[in-house]
Formats: sequence, C-alpha cells, structure tokens
Amino acid sequence: MTRINVQVDGADYADDVEPRMLLVHYLRERLGKTGTVVGCDTSNCGACTVHLDGRSVKSCNMLAVQADGHTVTTIEGLATDGELHPVQAAFRECHALQCGYCTPGMIMQSVDLLNENPNPSEEEIRTGLEGNLCRCTGYHNIVKAVQTAASGGASA
Amino acid sequence: MTVTEDRPAEQAHEIGSARRRKEDQRLITGRAKWTDNVMLPGMLHLAMVRSPFAHAKITHIDVSEAKKSRNVVTVLTGADVADEQGALPCAWPIAEDQKSQAHPSIAVDRVTFAGEIVAVVAARSADEARDAAELVDVDYEELPAVVDLKEAAADTVLAHPDLGTNKSAFWQFDSAGAGTGGSVDDAIRDAEVLIEREYRQQRLIPAYMEPRSYAVDPTGEQYVMWSSTQIPHILKLMLALTLGIPESKIRVIAQDVGGGFGGKLQVTPEEVITMLVARRTGKPCKYTDTRSESMMAGHHGRDQWQKLTLAAKRDGTVTGLKVDLLANMGAYLGLVTPGIPILGAFMFIGIYKFPAYQFNCTNIFTNLTWTDAYRGAGRPEATYAIERMMDQLAAELDMDPIEVREKNWIKHEEFPFTTVAGLEYDSGNYEAATARAKEMFGYDELRAEQKRRRESNDPVQLGIGVSTFTEMCGLAPSRVLGSLNYGAGGWEHAQVRMLPSGKVEVVTGVSPHGQGHVTAWSQIAADRLGVPFEDIEVLHGDTQVSHKGLDTYGSRSLVVGGSAVVAAADKVIERAKPIAAHLLEASVDDIEFEAGRFSVAGTDKGIGIGELALASFSAHNLPDGVEPGLDADATFDPSNFSFPHGTHLCALEIDTETGGVKMRKYVAVDDVGNIVNPLLVEGQVHGGLVQGIAQALWEEAVHDAAGTLVSASFVDYLVPTAADTISFDTDRTVTPSTSNPLGTKGVGEAGTIASTPAVVNAVVDALQPFGVSDVQMPCTPERIWKAIHGSGAGGGEPTEKGAMPHFDEDQSPNVATGTDTAQGDVR
Repeated sequence: MTRINVQVDGADYADDVEPRMLLVHYLRERLGKTGTVVGCDTSNCGACTVHLDGRSVKSCNMLAVQADGHTVTTIEGLATDGELHPVQAAFRECHALQCGYCTPGMIMQSVDLLNENPNPSEEEIRTGLEGNLCRCTGYHNIVKAVQTAASGGASA
Repeated sequence: MTVTEDRPAEQAHEIGSARRRKEDQRLITGRAKWTDNVMLPGMLHLAMVRSPFAHAKITHIDVSEAKKSRNVVTVLTGADVADEQGALPCAWPIAEDQKSQAHPSIAVDRVTFAGEIVAVVAARSADEARDAAELVDVDYEELPAVVDLKEAAADTVLAHPDLGTNKSAFWQFDSAGAGTGGSVDDAIRDAEVLIEREYRQQRLIPAYMEPRSYAVDPTGEQYVMWSSTQIPHILKLMLALTLGIPESKIRVIAQDVGGGFGGKLQVTPEEVITMLVARRTGKPCKYTDTRSESMMAGHHGRDQWQKLTLAAKRDGTVTGLKVDLLANMGAYLGLVTPGIPILGAFMFIGIYKFPAYQFNCTNIFTNLTWTDAYRGAGRPEATYAIERMMDQLAAELDMDPIEVREKNWIKHEEFPFTTVAGLEYDSGNYEAATARAKEMFGYDELRAEQKRRRESNDPVQLGIGVSTFTEMCGLAPSRVLGSLNYGAGGWEHAQVRMLPSGKVEVVTGVSPHGQGHVTAWSQIAADRLGVPFEDIEVLHGDTQVSHKGLDTYGSRSLVVGGSAVVAAADKVIERAKPIAAHLLEASVDDIEFEAGRFSVAGTDKGIGIGELALASFSAHNLPDGVEPGLDADATFDPSNFSFPHGTHLCALEIDTETGGVKMRKYVAVDDVGNIVNPLLVEGQVHGGLVQGIAQALWEEAVHDAAGTLVSASFVDYLVPTAADTISFDTDRTVTPSTSNPLGTKGVGEAGTIASTPAVVNAVVDALQPFGVSDVQMPCTPERIWKAIHGSGAGGGEPTEKGAMPHFDEDQSPNVATGTDTAQGDVR
C-alpha cells in the first residue's frame, strides 16, 4: 500500500492504495466518484477522461499513485454552485448524448479542447475528440454542442 | 369543491416539440446509476476463465491454486454446477426440426468457441478475482474447429459433432406457394435481364459503450438482479425458467444502461453465473466485462452470405427475386438467434413491386461466438442486398439508379399495398422523400461533377450512392409473431397513475437505454392528460415497478409502448368522467375533456384533472359504486407492423491512387410517420447512420484460422471516431402510420438500415470506370485499391476471396476486377 494525497473535485483525500490501482478505480471505488466510467481496457474509448491539474487525461491510463500531490477534476466537479458548465449545458441543449455512457469523458475532453482552442473549426473539434468514442450519437450533435459552447450559445 | 376553477393556461402541444431531455441532467453531471456502480456490503466480484480454443474437449481443470489465492471465496467449474445451471434459452425456434445444442453457462466437457466460460472465480475484489482466474489450470484436447461459414455449410468439419451436421434449420418463403405472387423460377427462366450476385454481410460487434455488467443480491426474500440489459422483463422470466427459481422470487433492475443496439437483447451466461454464485455463496455478487470480454463473448451480429438472383425486363421492370442465405449462428442459438435472418425474409423486396419472390435461408453452426440481434436485425441485410441489386440493374441497363427504382417502387396512391412477401405496407410516399433528398443533395450537380472527373481521368473519383429503403418496425403484432413460432407476444404495457398532488407517474414496459423514452413519454402523457410536461415522471426498468412489459428492441418502443401510454391515459380520462359528472352535478354524457379539464357541455362549469385526482384519492364524495383512484393500465397490441421509409444519398470521393475514401455529403430524408420529438428522431438517425456507415467502411469481426477473434479490442475493431465521420443533412417527410394511434413508425434502426447500401453503392459507383461491380464490406482502402488495380476485392486472407460473380463453381471469384463474369447476364 502506498499513501497518496490528492485533491478531487475540490476536496482533499488521503488514502492508502495498492500501487497497481488505476486512477479510475480509485475514483470510482474508493471515492464513490461513479460519474467517471470505464469503457475499455486499451485507452481507446476515453469514457474515463478526467482533468489532472486542468488537462485531460484518461484515468484508466494512469495509476492512482501517479495522482499523488495533484488535483483531479471529474465530471462531478465541473458544475460550480449548481450552475452547469457551459459545455454541459450545450450537450443538453444540442442533444449531444443518448445513453450517456461516453458523456462524462466526452464533456471533459471537450472542455479541455476549448481551453486550448476557444474557437475551433469543425475539423479541429473532430480531431480533438478523436480519443473519445461514442456509439449513439454519430458525433453530429457532439460537434454541434462544442460549437455551441464555443460561441457561448447554451445557458445552464 | 370549486367547480368554476380557472381553465389552465392554453397549453402548447408537447407532441412534435423539440423538448430537451429529462434524462440529461444526471448524465451530464455524472450522477447516472450504472450497474457497475452497485456496491453492497460483503459483495463478491467475479472473474471468468475463458477458453482460448474455438473447439476443444476439457480434459481436466485444476482449481487448487486459484482457490488458495488471496481473498478467493470460491471457484466453480461447469462440472460443479452441471446439475443446476440449466441451459440458456432460445425463444425463437424457426423450424420444427431445428437442430440445436444445449447451451450451458459454464462449459462442462467441451468448449465450442473461443471465449466460452469454463470456470468462474469469486473473490473479495475484482483484481483478486482476476489474479486467481489466471491460476485456474485447464487442460484442453483441441478438436477441429469450423470457422468459415461456407466450409461449415459443406459439413466437412462439425461445430457440434453429435448433431451430425452444421445445418441448424432451413426456412423458406415462396410467393407461388404462399399465393402472394408468381413463381420465381418462371420469372428467372423468362428474364430478359438476369443479375446474379453474391454479397457478404461481415460479422459485426455491437460495441455498446457500457460493457456488460450484472450484480445479484441473494439476501432477503427475492433475488435482485441489476443488469445492463435491454430486456429486464424477458430476463426475469428466462432466469426463472433456466434456473428453476419461481418467477416471483426474482426482481430485475435495469437502471441506466449504456447502449444496447440489440447487443443487450440477450440472456447471457454471465447473468446466469452471477445468479448461481450468489445463490451458492449467499453473498451479493457482481460481474463486469472487460472490453475484450464484451467483444469476444457478448453476441455478435450479421454474418451472412447472400446469393441473389434478380430477374427483370430490358426496360428495367423487375420480374422476380430469389434469395439464398447462409446465416452464421455461431456456436449456439441465443435468445432470438435463429429468427434474425427471418426478420429479413419479408424485406428483401424492399419498396419494389416484384411479382415473384422466393427466400431461402439455411442457419449454420460454426465454432464462433454466437450471433443474435444487432441494430436492424435481419433488415439491414435485406436492404443491403436489394439496394445493391437495384444499383447493379441500373448499371447493367445504363439507367440512373433512381430512375430504375422509381420504375419499380410502390406509388404513393397505391397504399395500402400488399407485397409479394405477404406484408401490407400501410402508408408511404417514396416519391416525396426522394424528391426532397435529391433537392437537398444537389443530385444533378454532383452527377455533372462525377462526369467531369471521369472524363478528365481525375485521380480522385466521385461516387454517388442511393438507398431507398423501408423496414418493418414496431415489433410486433402478437399473432404474426405466433405464426412465426416466436416464443412471446409483441404487445406492450403502460400504466398511468394520477397522484393526489396532481403529479403523474407513467409506468412503461419498455426499457430505454439511451433513446429518451422518459422525455417522449412525458410529452405523450402531457398532451393526452393536459398536465404539464414537468409534472410527469416516467418509471421503467425495474420489474417490481414496471411489472409487465416486453422491453426495447426492433424500433418498437414508441410505436407499441407509446401507444400503450395513450391507451392508459385515455382510460384514466374515462374513469374520471363519472366522478367529474358527479362533482359537477351533470350527466356523464355531457362531460367533455380537453386540455386537462373536464367540463359540462354548453356551460362554463368544469374541474381540472389534478383536482379530480385529489377528489378521487380522498374518496369523500364519489358516486355510488365508483372505486377510488384514477389509475389505469393498458396493453397495446398493434394490428400491423409499421413501415418507416426514406431516401438516403451519399457522395464520396475515392483517391484511386491510395484507395482512400472521403465522405463528402450524406443526405437522409426519412419518413418515420408522426414525430413526437424531432430532436430525438434526428439523434436516432445520426447514430444509426454512423453504425451503418461503419459496416460499409470500417467494422469487421476478424478471426484467425483457429477461430480466435483478433479484433477483440477497440485497437483492432474499428468503431469510428468523430474524426472519421462528417455532419449529416437530414430532413423528414411525414406519412402517418395507420396501425397505431400515434401514427408513428419507429426510428431506432432506420439510419443503420439505409446507410450501409448507400455508402457501398457510392463506392462501387465511383469505381464504375474501372469495371468494378462490387467491393466486399468493409470497403477498406486496401480492398478498394485492389479492386481498382484488378487484384481482387480482398484485404486479409479469409475475406480476400471476392464475392463470387456467378454461381458456377468454375468461375473465378474475381468480382473486383470487373471481368465480364461480374456483369449481369443480358440475354
């Protein structure tokens, strides 16, 4: 067991974890952050995407011990004071989700994309989301949601 | 009691409005309840030991090391549970003499596909269970495995030697025999033009984003199973029948389910095993797939060879169609495996007026993962075949592909139309959908560009693909299912509960997993009852709450389940009328109901439905003999299928030097009848399109010669990304269905059914100057390049063999080279 100190969605946690424990399992099983989900074993699907110190990472692709001393934001910490993040609001407004399983990762990746590039073209959006799979929406409305969020179009 | 309350504010119609989804709030904030979230005190975690061989005898299993592993509670093999595990159900035997192999959840003495479970480990954590699973030592004696569908049909190697054949069943529809049309053999004999083709429907993996997950709590009076299933009601019944547990002692809960697409329309070995281990240990147990397990052992879809013979006159009029299918069952018959190709039996004729039709299907066992429903289930296969054939007929006769379709399709004034397959298409307007699609697409301009590129030998060629499809949806009239030997009916149940506070609960027997039923059902109930959209709660997916239903698949939920909501709401209103009459001191015959208010005809006296709900709840002043409460149940059984249709047009560019494909434009004009929520309809179309396009261009479950799935991860199985796809141009025409009160037709499968042939038709159209008449799916750059350069339609050994251009054995399989044999035989 290894002791880690990590801040997740604004709260501080200190835990002893097995060195092999993945960050996503730490979030889900130890912290009850079940908003972050697992979709594959090969880091292709991006369903588990969270932010580590403000940048998107696939939490299945990282050990919990690697998050020691870092700040993690999950989908559950994205809204502030009950106000949806503009990307969350845009996903709802544009019907950018169906089953919703990819949605937490897709939203976290979209936020990162817009942080990097506030006015992306459609092609830049599509390339920027290449690491996140969705089986329901055909991506059409996800692209629209990111465009909507970029233009400040959807309110919470 | 006031009887002169103000009328509710004028309500906008909910049906037809683009309501944002009620479901979304929890999903965008990470508060969904997935099955894998379920954690109970003392819960055990399961890991499966799976066979690496496609066909082998289990000679010995040593579990001693695994049992000693840390925090392992039990390890069970097939032998341990042989007397209690029963056999997994198949609810759709298609023939009296159908051959089948009993399907144990844990293989006992023989494994018949790679990925089959041979043992299960239960441990205190998932990691410890997996560690121990590695320590289970299984000795196998490999047996010859049959992997290739055509080889299987030849019976040289048997998937199940005891059956004596790989042929499970044969099913035929013949229009001459059925009295619905002429003789197809006569039509072929007399044909002026005969097109013969063989198409491959590659094997696909549903690839829902949420891996399968099951949890069982055996404490208390009932077994409670949480399952990521599309079919909680069917699962409950089947678990009872399989394990001999009284049905009343099982409760199934499907909370949030992360996609299904038919892939979760199953009773799985893992579900039964989770139940078995929970029963054995008395502890809550949970199993969750890894992605590879989900891809290897969750059922697959499609997998057919299709031999097609189309007879026509030289003016393009079709005169007959003969279909011979080999359908790959895989190693076992799943819940509805044998019936999947039969769901296509009635649809190979598409929207066209064939005077003669014959459908033959042979279901074949192989040593591969079993197949079953996957989005469209039987109908994409049929639509692909006929839409490819109509293009080939057009090419043969040098006609425009839309012109040849128009010549043969059912005209809008001919509905209702009874087809040569015996179905009555109730409504449609193929002309209107096609005209709209052509206009949006810029059809003539793109044809002109194509001509320019062809004339200038542009290395980038333009292909234009057409698909004018229909499908049978709204599964299904129970009587029809009975005539097809299906094990259940096709009705659906709903209950409307009027709560004393004026809020409404709608219970539905369908089981949403992404479709947005909660939103759509709220819209339906809001309009019907005249209560606010926000005041309606839709309950589903827990057999203790929604006690009966037939779940979600086959584009049935709105058509059948939504209609049940309408019927239940109407019953509520009828129940309320005598009470309203009593309170308003009027005759029941004078009571009118509109927009949530009961009123006395010709007066301004009235009472709102919410107030009436409270009055009927308190029951202080009810007419004699009237029961308290307004709640009502209804079941709806449709009189006919519904027949969505549409015209899809695809333009894509092919780089003839690399074989690379770039989609330029995709127009989908669908007619799904009346629309409850256009936002949901468009979402279904978009997602369906990409799944269908993915079959055309990218996806294929590939096995090596030994029967090992080599595309068992998202690294190898090409589920498209945002970067692979484009934005679509969609629109609708509306011809209401006449078989349900909503006039809806279903939209869940439309995009997937229509798009695959549109895309492949575009690929082949682009390659027409090279004499190419077919490219096998998925149309990878490699296959396209090979087609252009005359070295076969292949790409990878087992699939490299191009589609046979002619059924003569000694013709070379060289479709993609565009040799004469690939062309239709013009007499």
